[in-house]
Amino acid sequence: MDKDIVISFENFGFQYKAQAKPTLYDINLQIRKGEKVLIAGPSGCGKSTLAHCINGLIPASYPGTVTGKLTIGGKNALELGLFGLSQLVGTVLQDSDGQFIGLTVAEDIAFALENDCVPTAQMRRRVEEVAKLVDVERVLQHAPHEISGGQKQRVSLAGVMVNQVDVLLFDEPLANLDPATGKQAITLIDEIQKQTGCAVVIIEHRLEDVLYRRIDRTVVMGEGRILYDGDPDTLLCGGLLQESGIREPLYVTALKYAGVALTPDMHPAFLPELWLSPDQKRQVADWFAAQPAPQAAEEAPILLRAENIDFTYAAGHHALKGVTANIRRGEMVSIVGTNGAGKSTFSKVVCGFETGQAGVLELNGVDLNTYSIKERADHIGYVMQNPNQMISKVQIFDEVALGLRNRGVPEQEIRERVEETLKICGLYPFRNWPVSALSYGQKKRVTIAAILVLRPEIILLDEPTAGQDFKHYTEIMDFLASLNRQGVTVVLITHDMHLMLEYTPRAVVFHDGRVIADKSAAQVLNDPETVAAAHLKETSLYHLSQLCGIEEPEEFTRRFIARDREVRS
Amino acid sequence: MINLFNYIERKSPIHRLTGASKLLCLVLWSLAAMTSFYTPLLAVLTVGAVLLFRLSRIRIKDISFMLGATMVFMVLNNVLIFLFSPQHGVSIYGTRTVLFTIAGPYVVTAEQLFYHLNVILKYLCTIPIVLLFVSTTNPSEFAASLNRIGISYRISYAVALALRYIPDIQREYHDISLAQQARGMEMSKKASLIRRLKSVSGILIPLVLSSMERIDTISNAMELRGFGKGRKRTWYQGRKFSKGDILAIAVCVALMAVSLGLTIWNGNRFYNPFIA
Repeated sequence: MDKDIVISFENFGFQYKAQAKPTLYDINLQIRKGEKVLIAGPSGCGKSTLAHCINGLIPASYPGTVTGKLTIGGKNALELGLFGLSQLVGTVLQDSDGQFIGLTVAEDIAFALENDCVPTAQMRRRVEEVAKLVDVERVLQHAPHEISGGQKQRVSLAGVMVNQVDVLLFDEPLANLDPATGKQAITLIDEIQKQTGCAVVIIEHRLEDVLYRRIDRTVVMGEGRILYDGDPDTLLCGGLLQESGIREPLYVTALKYAGVALTPDMHPAFLPELWLSPDQKRQVADWFAAQPAPQAAEEAPILLRAENIDFTYAAGHHALKGVTANIRRGEMVSIVGTNGAGKSTFSKVVCGFETGQAGVLELNGVDLNTYSIKERADHIGYVMQNPNQMISKVQIFDEVALGLRNRGVPEQEIRERVEETLKICGLYPFRNWPVSALSYGQKKRVTIAAILVLRPEIILLDEPTAGQDFKHYTEIMDFLASLNRQGVTVVLITHDMHLMLEYTPRAVVFHDGRVIADKSAAQVLNDPETVAAAHLKETSLYHLSQLCGIEEPEEFTRRFIARDREVRS
Repeated sequence: MINLFNYIERKSPIHRLTGASKLLCLVLWSLAAMTSFYTPLLAVLTVGAVLLFRLSRIRIKDISFMLGATMVFMVLNNVLIFLFSPQHGVSIYGTRTVLFTIAGPYVVTAEQLFYHLNVILKYLCTIPIVLLFVSTTNPSEFAASLNRIGISYRISYAVALALRYIPDIQREYHDISLAQQARGMEMSKKASLIRRLKSVSGILIPLVLSSMERIDTISNAMELRGFGKGRKRTWYQGRKFSKGDILAIAVCVALMAVSLGLTIWNGNRFYNPFIA
């Protein structure tokens, strides 16, 4: 057998103990030393299960039946066990908050060494070496809440690199990061791989973001099987991605709309090396010229007036500095910015969770300070990011009825209003189900229904699509867009650039407690300065329009989005 | 946000002691104070406690919330003693020196006041030590030293993790509570006690569910990095016992011995100034 192969699946299959059908079928996959492999697929395709087989959580934490053979580092994975595998495979989990074990950065990095009984003095030296490698040596004594999301991920990476592993496994590394930090994470993974020469396996459904750096091989999974295993260029030329519910890079979709026939030798998988002939460039420019310009919506009256809002926390943090952001009736707006830029504080002030701000805060011309938290909720609904933080009843019906019951509405009216809301949210067939039987996306709907039933004029959602794959993202967002068409004003706090581009005509950008931009999402994403300050990422459409000599990148983006929505709906 | 159990990083001789010896000292010191009503000893312990607190460089405002809470408790305790047993001091000290009468059985005697002084001193000599322990002990180092004195590292680490997650869970409780209030849950005094208790369950269920998720992630993360692999582990924050530790424990053992000795020599736990 080839010595260079570090991971080898042979006719491998797996079935969870509690499930009727296997989750993985006939997996045959070899990964070599020094290779960088992306495993992509929609939620439920088995990619996380595959990752759990590689790091040993299967069968240690998730028991089930294994068929076929899995060899890692030349040894049978089942015999190595979870702890044996932890010496060979370093896993960086999706949730960099949740996996931060130590009280400080240094302790977290040292965790694996502690479990290996490395003497304290030697451990401290090794921690410093690894911290330097990922550039966190200046924050070694910091607590997790004192460092940024990007630094947390560096710490997670350092924490598995202390073991000098052969394989680095990343389970959805981009899920909780803002676009700019995600870009840095991909760069870091690339650099670490070059320095250490280990094999890198990235499990991710955000293809375009991973392709920011070169990938050796892409594996596409669907329904427990490997659908594609080969170079990413060939993959992007075909139609497999759309069929399996993975979003292609936007520039690739744009090229396809323009009728450009993609071939692997054009290098579509790596934008800086994408090669287009002069004819093809003209094709894109002609397509752009032929697309109708989308109409700008009429300006509705202002619903929520927030002018010159200044807010300082009791502990002294000056979180909002003269923020002005008006929301018009019937709008769908996104609020973007880095963690700590003030977007959460702004929404808390609007909902009355934090009080004592200076400035004008009015709804329909009425000063919001005259309302209590409960009264504001009759007008402004707030949906938290994690549905499990909101759900307190066993039955779906009761959960949605809770707000009305608290308000002493007669039971007959409650029944009518809850049923009507459940129908709007597509949950009516499930009304007598226990909440625990629902998927994450359905739970999200329940929490939105529980707010909608109070008939607020505005709903404010915190990261509604965090951690969702393309299919669920589309479901949640199409649902919100349909509510919006029915007259509900929707405000979204988000990191997701696709979301702001596709669903919200306007974006308000926060930076360091101030609003630094309030304009169309396409304008925001085509403005390098705003993009840098708010930790966003320029869209690849911007680069494509430059490559094709189109001088109006914003308009190009807008027309592409309009066309894309037509095609997808 | 109010911080309970908050480790405060400063440089002081108290911070340099290992967590295990601090725990041992805390236990010995409190036992010495609890078993005795010998007033001069309590006075010495109180002065000692205040001096140690000064030595730790922890400021009053760092721990003001906990200090306030214990003070309220102390006052309440004294009021209740007087309400239910206004002649307790008389029965202990065997004399009755009436100072003035309030009403009915509520006669203020010098003996009763002296008894209250003892109760207050007991609070004053233990509170600073407890606060010292909580605010000068790094949870990880504490886990390491618990492990050193023979407690299983799994249990030691569980203690450290619990301390580490208290602030996160407090924050989450706060967020969930706000979202529930927005849906009309009444948490203010306007609602009846039963209604408020029901409301709290509306916060606890989501809190428990999201904590379960958190536990799942953290236990996977720990196992993936080899936690539970061997019978032993080492500690990044591990420290050796120093001379200071031995000195501190020796002093506390001596205090405990003095307290016991006084009780035995005296024949009872009380210092009695009323019989010459």
